[in-house]
Amino acid sequence: MKALSILNLKKEYAGGLQALKGIDLDVEKGDFFALLGPNGAGKSTTIGVISSLVTKTSGQVKILDIDIDENHSLAKKKLGVVGQEVNFNQFEKVGDIIRNQAGYYGLSFKEARDNAKHYMRKLDIWDKRNEQARKLSGGMKRRVMVAKALVNNPELLILDEPTAGVDIELRRSLWDFLTEINNEGTTIILTTHYLEEAERLCRNIAIIDSGEIVENTSMQELLTRLEVETFVFDLSKPLLTLPESTEFEMVLENPLQLKVTVGKDQGLNSIFKILSDYGIEISSMRNDKGRLEELFLGLVDSTLIHNKE
Amino acid sequence: MTPLEQYRALLTILYKEIHRFMRIWTQTLIPPAIMIMLYFVIFGTLIGKRIGQMGGFDYMQFMIPGLIMMSVISNSYSNVVSSFFGQKFARSIEELLITPLPHYLILLGWVLGGVSRGLLVGAIVTFVSLWFYDLTVSNWTLSIFVLISTSILFSLGGFLNALFAESFDDISIVPTFIMQPLIYLGGVFYSIQLLPSFWQTVSLANPILYMINAFRYSILGSSDLESLGFSINYALFMIVGFIILLTSICLWSLNKGRGIRS
Repeated sequence: MKALSILNLKKEYAGGLQALKGIDLDVEKGDFFALLGPNGAGKSTTIGVISSLVTKTSGQVKILDIDIDENHSLAKKKLGVVGQEVNFNQFEKVGDIIRNQAGYYGLSFKEARDNAKHYMRKLDIWDKRNEQARKLSGGMKRRVMVAKALVNNPELLILDEPTAGVDIELRRSLWDFLTEINNEGTTIILTTHYLEEAERLCRNIAIIDSGEIVENTSMQELLTRLEVETFVFDLSKPLLTLPESTEFEMVLENPLQLKVTVGKDQGLNSIFKILSDYGIEISSMRNDKGRLEELFLGLVDSTLIHNKE
Repeated sequence: MTPLEQYRALLTILYKEIHRFMRIWTQTLIPPAIMIMLYFVIFGTLIGKRIGQMGGFDYMQFMIPGLIMMSVISNSYSNVVSSFFGQKFARSIEELLITPLPHYLILLGWVLGGVSRGLLVGAIVTFVSLWFYDLTVSNWTLSIFVLISTSILFSLGGFLNALFAESFDDISIVPTFIMQPLIYLGGVFYSIQLLPSFWQTVSLANPILYMINAFRYSILGSSDLESLGFSINYALFMIVGFIILLTSICLWSLNKGRGIRS
C-alpha cells in the first residue's frame, strides 16, 4: 500500500509562477522518505497541496489510497504535518495547544488529554504544559509542533524542515524520536536542508528542482552512484611536500591536513599504502562533504545547467 | 468525520474562542460596560432630562434598547474579525486547515464565538442599564430572537471581513467607516421621525435601523417601524435574509480558499 501517491501534480500561482510542473511521486507505507531540493524548488508547495494549505492547479493526491478530493475528511484524518514555521497561537498554554489540536480531529476529551500527555512526555515538554508557548525557546516550540502533528496518531507524518535552526542536541533527540515512531509504523516524509539528516534517517529519496522531480530512488542506490569521494586526512606530523601518486588526486590543505579524491572503483587500502610508504602518520580521517551532499549538488547543478541551456 | 466527531471539534473551536475573549476580559468585556455607563450618565441622566420624551418614552428608556443592540453588534463583529484575522496573521489558521474539519464547522465555530461574546456583553450592558432605569421587557421571545439573529449576522460580517483582510488596517476600515456611521444613524439615540422626510427615506436604506427598531419594539412594545408603515416581520425577514446571504458568501469563499489558501 502506498502512504502517498501523487500523480501529475501541477501548481501555478497567480502571476504565472509554475511551482510544480506535473510531479509524480509514490511513498510506500512505513517508509522514511526524504524530499530534498534547493530553496524555491517546490518542496513546501508540494507539502502545502497535500495538507490543503495550497490549492492545486491540477493533478491527483492520494493519502493511503484515499483521494483528497473525493474523501477529504478521511484522507486528512490519516495525516499529520509539521510546518516550516511556528503556526500556533503563542499566547496559549502548551497543553491547551496540543489538546485543542486533538479536538479539531474530533477526539474525545479523554483521548485528547491522554494523547497530548503521551507525546508531551515523549518529546520532553510535559514540564512546560502550563507555560505560554511564547515563553518557550525555538527548540521547544519545534517539539510542540511535532507533538501537535502527532496527537491524532497519524499514519503519515510530513515534516517540513523540522530541525531548521535548532541545536544539535535537540536535532539528535528528534532524530531518535522520529526513528522510533517510524519503527512503530508511521510513514514519515522529511524535507530538510541538512543532508546528513536525510542520509542518516531516510531509506528512499526524491530530489525536486524547479518544480520537477529530478531523482527518485532508494538512498542506497543513489549513494552507489557517487563517482568520486573526497577524504580529509588529519596528520600527526606536519607534511611539507605531497607524496607522488598517479592514482589519486591529492591536495595539501595545510601541513597537517591532506585531501585525497578517491574514485568509486579505487580502494582505500592503496592510499594507506602510499601514505605509509612515505612515513606519513594519520591521526584521523573523514569525508570532506557528506556523500549525499556531493550527489545532491551534482544533481541540482546539472539541472540548473540544463535549464539554462 | 462522524457527527459526534464534528460536535467535539465544534466544541473545541467554541471553547478556544470563549477562552480567548475571557482571557483578555479587560479588553473585551470591561470597555463596553464603561462606555455604556458613560452614555447613560451623559446622554441619559444629564442631557436626557432636558430632552424629555423621545418616541413616546423617557429618553433613557428609549435609548436602552439601542445601546444594548449597539454593544451586541460591535462586539460580535469585532470578536470574529480580530480572532480570525489574528489566526490568519499568526498562521495558526493552518492548524485548522490541515485537519479534517469541514468548512461549515470552522464558520459555525467562529460565529458561535462571536455570538457568545455579543450576548455576554449585551447581558453586561443590560445589567448596567438596570442601575439607571427599571427596565421591563414587552416580548421576551422576540427580544431574544432579535438579539441572537443580529449577533449571528454581524459575526458572519466579521468573518467575511477577516477572510478578505490582508492587513490590520483592513479589519478596522469596515467597523470605522461603515458600521459605526450606520449604527449611530440607525436610531440608537434618536427617533428617525425627528428627521426631515428626505432623510427619513435615506435612513430606510440602513439595515441596522430595522434591527435596532425591532429590538426596541420587543422591549418597549413600540418603535419607529410601525409609524413608518413597516411591520416587525419585515425587519425579521431582513435579518434572516442577510444571514442566509452572508453564510453563502462565507462558505463559497472558504471553499474557494479565498484569503486562507495560496
